[in-house]
Order: sequence, then C-alpha cells, then structure tokens
Amino acid sequence: MAERSRLFIAGGTVVDATGERRADVIVGPEGTIVAVGEGLAAEAAGADRTLEAGGCIVAPGLVDLHAHLRQPGGEQAETVLTGSRAATLGGFSAVVAMPNTSPSIDSAAMVREVQELGRASLCQVEVAGAITVARAGERLAPMGEMAALGVRLFTDDGKGVQDAGIMRKALQYASDLGVRLAQHCEVDSLAVGGHMHEGEWSSRLGIPGIPAEAEEIMVMRDVALSRLTGAPVHFQHLSTAGSVAIVEAARRSGVRVTAEVAPHHFTLTDESCASYDTRFKVNPPLRPADDVTAVRAALARGTLDAIATDHAPHTADAKDLPFEEAPPGMLGLETALSLALTELDLSPAEALALLSWRPARIAGIDDSHGGPVEAGRPANLCVFDPSAVWTPDSGGGASRSRNTPYVGRRLRGRVRHTLVAGEAVVVDGEVQR
Amino acid sequence: MSKPATDPLTGSGGRRHLLSVGDLGSEGIREILRLADSFAEVNTRAIPKVPALRGRTVASLFFEDSTRTRLSFETAAKRLSADTATFSAGSSSLSKGESLRDTAQTVAAMGIDCAVVRHCSAGVAVQLSRWLDAAVINAGDGCHEHPTQALLDCYTIRQRLGDIEGRRVAIVGDIAHSRVARSLVAALQLLDAGVTLVAPATLLPPAVDAWGVGVSSRIDDVLPRVDVVYLLRLQHERQERALLPSLREFHERFGLSAERVRRLADHAIVMHPGPMNRGVEIGPEVPEMACTTVAEQVANGVSVRMAVLFWLLGAEPAAAAAADVEASPAPERASAAEVSSG
Repeated sequence: MAERSRLFIAGGTVVDATGERRADVIVGPEGTIVAVGEGLAAEAAGADRTLEAGGCIVAPGLVDLHAHLRQPGGEQAETVLTGSRAATLGGFSAVVAMPNTSPSIDSAAMVREVQELGRASLCQVEVAGAITVARAGERLAPMGEMAALGVRLFTDDGKGVQDAGIMRKALQYASDLGVRLAQHCEVDSLAVGGHMHEGEWSSRLGIPGIPAEAEEIMVMRDVALSRLTGAPVHFQHLSTAGSVAIVEAARRSGVRVTAEVAPHHFTLTDESCASYDTRFKVNPPLRPADDVTAVRAALARGTLDAIATDHAPHTADAKDLPFEEAPPGMLGLETALSLALTELDLSPAEALALLSWRPARIAGIDDSHGGPVEAGRPANLCVFDPSAVWTPDSGGGASRSRNTPYVGRRLRGRVRHTLVAGEAVVVDGEVQR
Repeated sequence: MSKPATDPLTGSGGRRHLLSVGDLGSEGIREILRLADSFAEVNTRAIPKVPALRGRTVASLFFEDSTRTRLSFETAAKRLSADTATFSAGSSSLSKGESLRDTAQTVAAMGIDCAVVRHCSAGVAVQLSRWLDAAVINAGDGCHEHPTQALLDCYTIRQRLGDIEGRRVAIVGDIAHSRVARSLVAALQLLDAGVTLVAPATLLPPAVDAWGVGVSSRIDDVLPRVDVVYLLRLQHERQERALLPSLREFHERFGLSAERVRRLADHAIVMHPGPMNRGVEIGPEVPEMACTTVAEQVANGVSVRMAVLFWLLGAEPAAAAAADVEASPAPERASAAEVSSG
C-alpha cells in the first residue's frame, strides 16, 4: 500500500479557492497537511523528502468528473491502475470512473469490484453508477444500493437516457439519495449513424454527420425535467454554443443544472477530421470554430462548472479502422491542465476552479478534495510549473493507450508533483509506482 | 508543360496517389483527359494492348462489391500490360477481426505498385495512402469521392459537347449519399462548368450553401436550361429511412421520364453512372434514347483508367525517364508507349 512519509514542498506559490500566497507546505505521515506558511525550512528539518516547488503553483489536487478507465472488460486499452497513473501524471488526485464498462457498473457488486480496484490504484477513484440497467435506458438500476456504497454520481454515459419518462422517474427516485444524475446529451434518432459533426466539413468529407441539435434537444429536455422534478442534473461534455446558451438561461431562472466541458471541445474543431485520422473521432464530435469560441467564452464567464477530460483510451488496433468503424474517444487525463493553461484566457486560479474545487463539489468529494491548502486538510495536492513548455510525443504517457490528438502540440504548464492522501505519487514528472 | 498536381496529403509535388479530384487540380484533370484520348485510340486497335506498365502490379482492394468498377480497372491495367491481383473482403474490417492497417500491411508485403481501393467508409483510401508505399487510387470511399468516375464523366461530356467550360450541368437525385456527385461537382467546378443540384432537401448534403452550386427542387424548371442532366442511382433503402415517401413519388417529382426529356435542349445529353433503376431516377425508355451516354461512359471508363494508371505509374522507374516524360506533351507520352509497343 501507500508509502507515506513526512514531505516538505518547498518554495512554491499556493493557489486555492481562498487566494494566492507564497508558502511552503509540510505534509505529515498520516496524510494530512501539517503546516502552510513562508519559511518553513527549519520546521521541515528532518522531513523524509523535499519536493522542490520553486516557480511552481501548489494547488488542491485536480478532480476529473469524467474518465473511462475501461475496467472491467476493456483492459487492453486501460485499467484502473494505468488510468490512475495517467491521472496523477496529469495532476488529478481523484477521478470519477464512468460506468460504461463491460459489463456496465449498474449493480452494487460491480461498484464494489471497481472500488476495490480503485483502492489499489494511485489516486482516489470515485465510481459512477449507471442510471438504468445495462445502460439500456429501460429499467432503473439499483441506485439506492449503489449510493449506500458511496456512489454520488449516476450516468448512462456513452449514451443518453432516451426516454423522457424514464429520465423523469430516475430523477424523482434518486432525489432522496443525496446523489446527482449526469447526462450524456444526445438524441439517438438524430445522432445514430453519424461519425462527426454535421456541417460544412462532414458534407465535404462524405462522413455522415451528427447535428448540434442532437445534443441541444436533450439539454433542453433535461432542463425541463430538472425544473419538473426539482432534482439537479449535471450535463456531461457539452460541445455546442446552443447547449451553453440553454444552460446559462436555465441557471438564470434558478434551475439546478451544472455542466462540464472536455478539453478537446475548447481546443479542436471539426476540420481536424479532414485527415480521416481516427484520433479526432470523439463523441460528442468536434464542432466548428463558432462552437469552440462559445464554449471558451462561457468558461471565461464562469457559467460552466468544470473541465472534465472524457479520457477515453482505445487500443491502436481499434483506432486503425475506417473512420466510420473506429470507436469514438481520445485520451485526456495527461493533457487537460496544460490545455486549460495554454488555450484558455484564464488565471491559474480560474483554471483550477474548473479543474479542482468546483468539480469536487459536483462529485460530492469536497470534504477531501478541492478544499483550501491549510493545516489539517487531507494532502491531495497538485504542484505544477505554469510556465514549463512541453510537447506530447507519440510514445509517451502513462495510459495504456496512445490515442491522443495532441502529439507535437506545444503546451504550456506541466505537472511536477502530485500528492494523493499524503503520498507523493508523482515526483518531478515521474510516476513513483 | 503540365505541372504535377500537388498532393495536399503528402505535401509533395509528386503524383503519388489519386484520392480525390481536388488532388488533381484543373491542369491534372486536363492532362488525364488528353492522355485518355491516346489510350482511346489504343482501345480501337485489333489488339488493344501496350506494354507501358509491364512488370508493374496493380492490386484491386475491394472491401465493397463492385463488379463494374473493378472490371474496368482490371481491364485498363491489363491493356497496359500490368499484372493484376484482386483482394476481395467483406465490407467491414471489424467483421474479420483485423484492423484496416493490418490488412494494408498484408497487401503491402506482397509487393504491389498500385492499390485500387473501394470501401464503404469515407476516407479509407486516404488512410491507406498513409500506410502503403504503393500508389493508391480511390475507386470509391463511402459517400466521399469516386474520382475516376468524375474523370470519365468529364471525358464523356467533352467527347459529346466539345468542351466543358461554361457548360451547365444538373445533377439529380441522391446527392447526399453520393461519392459520384462529390467528385463530379469538384471536377466540373475546376473546369469552370456551372452545376445545379436537383433533389428533395432530404437528399441534399448538409451545409450545401458552401458547395458553391445552384440548388433546386423543381426539375422541370431546370431541364430547359442545361447542357447535361446527370442522374444518380437512388438506393432503395432511402424510403425506409424516411428520406422519401416512396420511389413512385420520387419518380413523379424528380425522375427523368421520356416526357421530361422533351424539355431538354436538342444538344443536351443524359448521363448515369450505373447501375440504373429504370422507372425510378430514369424513365424506362430513356436509356435507349440517343441523348443518353451510359454505354459511352462505360467504354470511356477503360480509357480514362488507363490514363490514370499510366499517369501514376508510367513515369517510373528511372528518375531520368520520369523527367523526360514530365517534359513531353501529354499526347506524346502515350505515343511513346505506342512506339515501344511496336
């Protein structure tokens, strides 16, 4: 199990929800922060290890609301362990594992299995449960039993709950469980058979398209269902200007909806598909520049709650197929923070709000993650150099898969150390176990 | 003289592949049409064969059934004295449990000079061109392109009407799902012809405004104004997907009946890439009318595909020979082949 020791994080700038200050941090062997302040070197004498943080930001660990760890069933692409390595290398101390495994995580037994795998991994793994049995959209999964095991987020991710009546009842049924239902917004009857965004590029490339409205209609519907039931709804990986506008209007009128955006939806456009390179095939699909601009603007306005990776590993074999046959999805855990720092016009604190403390609240783990860096708190920390420049390469990474579209792209900001419950799991950019 | 087309995918100026009409540019299209003239002459001979590609291997990689296109390419290759090989596979790589890349590398290991690729998914020829050393010819990829069909269609228009520039062409039917339409529109635009798409909105491509073409749903208004009516094959399953109420209604609203042929100008021609659905997109008696070019399109297909194969493979193997061929006017290139055949 975890090797814990007394750690000294020296010379960094602490950034959390309370502000920014130059401070050293001392972490005790029991996994909590012991002291935060300037000039703690004397106090830290005798620390087992010093983690240099000069020029770095010391922040609460990042929290990913949306990771596909592929276990059980997809172990050739990723396991909970390899996914957790990728997560910690990207600065995440907690990830929410999506339930579209094989079989789906739709029962207490499946939740226990993945929780068990999570305990042997490098970061905290929160398990999301399915809303419906086998994610088939027909019968409610035992959300009460799963919630009793600690599940706080439910979703049929990979597909949306198509039937409005089922979704309404799921929201009503779960309303006393202290959980949140999350939706992959996509109306199948408009989306099925499509493999990229429907528009000028799909038209030219002859690839069947998925219109923006396939997403927006379900966002609209679930805003209405949230209003009807009074239950909160979390929207996953929103990708269009229309979706953003619907969510902003809903929030203004007091509907309890939250929303996340994936890094590729603020960095890449549908034009990338012109190469027929299947690394750019993702669901929801990459959208045109106008949508990307709208998503970025909403992140800057603070009307969206989180950046979530939608980390979706696939083997090379699976991706080396015709565009229309290849599975959707791209890696995200190792590049999310860098993309946010490189591509968005946000201060580090604003970026961290979207990557740490706001998603921690949505995941229901804000007691242990995303809180202020202060004595007595669990030491879930991310130390990164905001000015380091690096370039992902095709061989790289800790994920078992290689399907990243960012090979060769210059990124700014790189994770140096990651601490999970007091254990230095990444030191100087190297995973420790 | 003519410049080699720039390949936007490899970034090289060499003529490595024929993946889309846009790869050719207008000069490339004109050069292939001129070469095709010479090969059409070869095809009139008692023994229609030249040794231009002797020792080269042209493989057909057909992941989707297409007897006609494959036969046309293989006939073209044989008339150039190339060796031919055929690889037929199911339409889905997944169904075989093998990735597309593995399939490509298997074929490449056999040592071929050119792969003629047909697949039901858009972009497969582009993908294979990244993985194969051989020249790749796109013989139809999903709803994307079918460049040699567009070239043989342009050749046929030129043969019938003398020139293409300034001609007005109506393309009628299922544009949305048609690789033939995408290639043909690109070629006609490069050659400065005007294009009008005629279809119900369900069969128009998305964002059609960006295509730079006219659009109409009233065939009777369009017919008197055009030099060419190009009919696309309508897949029967379209009505099952609610794109059309019925084939009968499609024929009523958009089919080229003998009655409608009378609305055409006297010189206008009727084209179809085949296979035809008589009574759906084309009236049952129209294929036999003198304005219809279906048989000529098939015949021209062999000459044009000979031109494409020669254009891609004929300049090698010696770099010096390539330079000589580059420098000489296109018709002489073919006559060079002719001389060496004697």
